[in-house]
Amino acid sequence: MNINELSIKLAYEKLRAGEISSYELTKSCLDRIENIDHKLNAFLAVFRDDALKQAKEIDEKISKNEDLNYLAGIPVAIKDVILMKGKKNTCGSKILENYVASYDATVIKKLKEAGAIIIGKTNCDEFAMGSSTENSAFGSVKNPYDLERVPGGSSGGSAAAVASDQCIYALGSDTGGSIRQPAAYCNIVGLKPTYGRVSRYGLSAMASSLDQIGPFTKTAEDAAWVFSVLAGTDENDSTCMTEAAPEFFNNIYPGVKGRKIGIIKQGFGEGINENVKKQILKEMEKFEKLGAKVSEVEIPHLEYSLPVYYIIMPSEVSSNLARFDGIRYGFSQVKHAPQDVKDLLDVYMKSRAKGMGDEVKRRIMIGTYALSSGYYDAYYKKAQKVRTIIINDFKKAFEKYDVLITPTAPDIAFKLGEKINDPLSMYLSDIMTVSANVAGLPAISIPSGFVNGMPIGMQIFGNYFDEKKLFETAISYELYNKWRDVKPKIN
Amino acid sequence: MKKINKLTKQDVEHVAKLARIKISETEKEIYSAQLSSILEYINKLNEVETDKISAATHMSGLKNVMRADKAAECNIQKDLIEAAPEYENNMIKVKAVLKGGKQ
Repeated sequence: MNINELSIKLAYEKLRAGEISSYELTKSCLDRIENIDHKLNAFLAVFRDDALKQAKEIDEKISKNEDLNYLAGIPVAIKDVILMKGKKNTCGSKILENYVASYDATVIKKLKEAGAIIIGKTNCDEFAMGSSTENSAFGSVKNPYDLERVPGGSSGGSAAAVASDQCIYALGSDTGGSIRQPAAYCNIVGLKPTYGRVSRYGLSAMASSLDQIGPFTKTAEDAAWVFSVLAGTDENDSTCMTEAAPEFFNNIYPGVKGRKIGIIKQGFGEGINENVKKQILKEMEKFEKLGAKVSEVEIPHLEYSLPVYYIIMPSEVSSNLARFDGIRYGFSQVKHAPQDVKDLLDVYMKSRAKGMGDEVKRRIMIGTYALSSGYYDAYYKKAQKVRTIIINDFKKAFEKYDVLITPTAPDIAFKLGEKINDPLSMYLSDIMTVSANVAGLPAISIPSGFVNGMPIGMQIFGNYFDEKKLFETAISYELYNKWRDVKPKIN
Repeated sequence: MKKINKLTKQDVEHVAKLARIKISETEKEIYSAQLSSILEYINKLNEVETDKISAATHMSGLKNVMRADKAAECNIQKDLIEAAPEYENNMIKVKAVLKGGKQ
């Protein structure tokens, strides 16, 4: 085993035991990037010199037995929508191609304080809008398990980077499934915490009532460890919870005995690949063997999460992305073609036309329409009412169940180009994941087998702020399954 | 909820103007078809009875976080100004907002 293939836990143990150095670990990841990333296009920027320098500093501290966080010296990749001071933050968009962040996001600040080695920024769908990473202005990302297929999206670069061992873990953002769906397509673990668990300060806002930052890891235990560093209150995010985050480092154990696991009936209905259904249902037997009580539960309005999402999300997008207007930062037609611009309105209209891609424009227009005079009640308000019903469905289910389960995605990773001209069919690949964002619940995707040679994921929902049970369930399952040991062969 | 199944080219033109995005004739055609199919899907929400339901405002009982009203150092003004495509004398430069003279 090469050291870049290690989990966080193993890397941590080997670093402390002096079996490996952070420098070696970091270099092994950087070398891996150099050797294979031209095939995957997962990274938009790699900070080789910075990373190696920081790694040496951590090695020094380790040798002096300094008190360090468990993430110290371990390489991480960051989705290019999370601001890092002094580094470009493109959001996968032409309009921010040369934008340099002037401050650190709270999660970056926390990782830096923990001594994490940030090795680069990863590719994603433009402004995190998409389910395939094909909407990046800087080329699509390939799935490590089949280079002709998508890695999922929008955090496809982070998922592909972890799955192909170019880093030990990565951060992404999840507005409708953008962490969980690519994690499922790439055979790794992806977590969306409860809304309000992790600060969104410094995350380029897409849809503010849905966005959460979370980790991509190789194991569920790793996800719990990273979660503990990321979570917690932040005076710069007014929607962040005020209670302290739980500490899961060396403090989270498998546990499903006597737990009630609900299989969401509506998650196994029409439109879901039969083999995906069969495989996930088969895996439920393993929970039963471990002493859990598994039974079917109804979330009657689950199917409405997607239409609710496709009103609320674009509405918030149209408002959040109004700031990209060619004036304060990023691409401007004034600079690009001054003769083409006669007044201020022209600057806005033409800078946005040139700087933004099709999917971003589509969503801004849907949102603008939904919020426009005369339509607000019919669309936005209606969607927020149905949202209440969906929240109540879940609350009712959690009165009886500890965790709930569906497949993470309705099918295996699709082929590049297959859905790019049919936005609605692309949206449908988020049908299983959006409900967690609409309801604000935590959910995790874990590797759960293969269908036609491609990995699939199982999605576990937890109750509000109960990530603990989520991790305990995922870790129990993981102990008896080695799906993640099936590595991609990238030639 | 009004049932609108189609966005015409004129509708798209109007929305694009509100959204401050210049779009071409071809784009109007494409968006008219694509946005219509998305709206048709969204109209699925009409199946749900919501007369007695209140709109969601929050999901997990979060409370607003307030900062102490205390001045703090920021000092990134220069970085912020320099991020603008056009700036001069420590100010962001924009085209005239009000038009003077004859139109």
